Amino acid sequence: MQNNNSLYHKKARPIDKVAHTLIYLCASLSIILLVGIVGYVAYRGISSISWEFLTTVPSALKQTVGIAGNIVNTLYIIIITLIIAVPFGVGSAIYLNEYAKHGRLVRLIEFTTETLSGIPSIVFGLFGYVFFGVTLGLGYSILTGALTLTLIILPLITRNTQEALKTVPDSYRSGALGIGATKWYMIRTILLPSAMPGIITGIILSIGRIVGESAALLFTSGSGYLLPKFGEYGEGLFKKILQPGGTLTIELYLSMEKAKYDTAFGIAFVLLVIVLGINMLTKYLSSKLNVEKKS
Amino acid sequence: MNKMSFSIIGSNKNKKSIEKAASIIFTICAFFGVLAVFSISIYMIVSGTPAIFEVGLKEIIFGTVWKPNAAYPSYGIFYVILTSIVGTFMAILIGVPIGIMTAIFLAETAPKPLAAIVKPAVELLAGIPSVIYGLLGVLILNPIMYKIELAIFKDSPNHQFTGGSNLLSAVIVLAIMILPTVINISESAIRAVQKDYKQASLALGATHIQTIFRVILPAAKSGIVTAIVLGVGRAIGEAMAISLVAGNGANIPLPFNSVRFLTTAVVAEMSYATDTHKRVLFTIGLILFAFIVIINIILNKMMKGGNVDAK
Repeated sequence: MQNNNSLYHKKARPIDKVAHTLIYLCASLSIILLVGIVGYVAYRGISSISWEFLTTVPSALKQTVGIAGNIVNTLYIIIITLIIAVPFGVGSAIYLNEYAKHGRLVRLIEFTTETLSGIPSIVFGLFGYVFFGVTLGLGYSILTGALTLTLIILPLITRNTQEALKTVPDSYRSGALGIGATKWYMIRTILLPSAMPGIITGIILSIGRIVGESAALLFTSGSGYLLPKFGEYGEGLFKKILQPGGTLTIELYLSMEKAKYDTAFGIAFVLLVIVLGINMLTKYLSSKLNVEKKS
Repeated sequence: MNKMSFSIIGSNKNKKSIEKAASIIFTICAFFGVLAVFSISIYMIVSGTPAIFEVGLKEIIFGTVWKPNAAYPSYGIFYVILTSIVGTFMAILIGVPIGIMTAIFLAETAPKPLAAIVKPAVELLAGIPSVIYGLLGVLILNPIMYKIELAIFKDSPNHQFTGGSNLLSAVIVLAIMILPTVINISESAIRAVQKDYKQASLALGATHIQTIFRVILPAAKSGIVTAIVLGVGRAIGEAMAISLVAGNGANIPLPFNSVRFLTTAVVAEMSYATDTHKRVLFTIGLILFAFIVIINIILNKMMKGGNVDAK
């Protein structure tokens, strides 16, 4: 008796093969794109990288290009933004997780935090330009850029801190409160140290966002590639905060506009290295966080 | 007897005020975000509406001629709005299927070691600054597009050659840029589907592929839709990557036309615009903002719907 319907006979389904091929095709396309993008930037960029490129400012006299000024501007913006955003972000997460009672208020705060993270950076740029630049009179300056970026990274820090606070076991809280610690003391000595890896992850992700941001900075911190002047007592370093300065991404965009592609790829390579470093750092930290959670 | 100065209730007053101060400070921090969103909304409306009264809503939204610097300026952005919608739609059409397929590959069919290499790479792709995508678009995509354009429009004298900076180039850049978002979120949605579904389906004799498309994907629907909506948000708000790739002419969004998106219109002209021109650019920003708020509300509704499903 011939039995083609046996359980042991797998029916060949051609459509399965097609779907399988399609999945593999799309996946390899994604992977090729990835490898291609990173590889091409590395290939084109690495030839522009030199000690001089990294440590000098462009000089028309010597016909050289350098991005030292932009690196310093980027550092300025990172530091100032974090100084403003981290306390607010962490404080907001503490409120949401430790103080707030669930209700309409918390939902409003969480909704606005989500909205904030969905607004495109060009809209932040317009707002920063009108509000910080024109209304507050800060003009094109590093401070204007940093204040604008504060709004962008605030949700990132809040969310990461909140996640970290959620992983702290409730027994820590009740234990501390039970032996007579006040709430603030408990937060300061028990919660924040336990949540530290999560907060640091948020900060590193924020640095990644700041380094890659361009549309929000174009009309706020403006462009500029000079190093800050030290001044007599170092006051020049502080004056720089109120002067315009272009970050690496802005300089990349501007050199692209001027068709100076070698410089552009050099900067792109530097950015890629930074992004890669940040990526590995967050990976390391979150794996550490997971290990601690398990033990 | 001396007064006890080290009683446990002694410093209570002091402690209480510190406690109070801490709770107030944290509350203020939490409202900072709310304040930011409100002031952004108010500022966008305040700076975006004057131009509407000045030029007229109909002239701006349905006008098709964008000549802000002419003797009789015209501020029609109909084609610009249309470009943003069409461009985003096309990018989703290309990017989402590839992204979902890659997510299926990573979560279901890929050998484990391969997935372990590819996943971090996708995450890396999400972190690459958008200007780098723009740079690659200008240097790789535009020349290819120009060749295709030359071949297609060889015999049509009416075509305005763009040198490859056209809608299609911008769409491809956008499609690549939304890939990581779509892949990451769909993948975690697929992984979150309960194992029982898959096991039950396989036990009933369905093949792996049937299981994926008939059981797992429908179960992961809400996560995948979230991925798509986030992709739409990213595509419609992207500015720097496409500003040099799209060509920046305010034309009808046809594949080989030089086009201008809502975002690139602002980037291109903000630095030198004055008076009415500048105010119209803020109106464009307001329209973009309105799009994003609508997308966010949809997303919020959907997340809530997803939560109900999970319960």
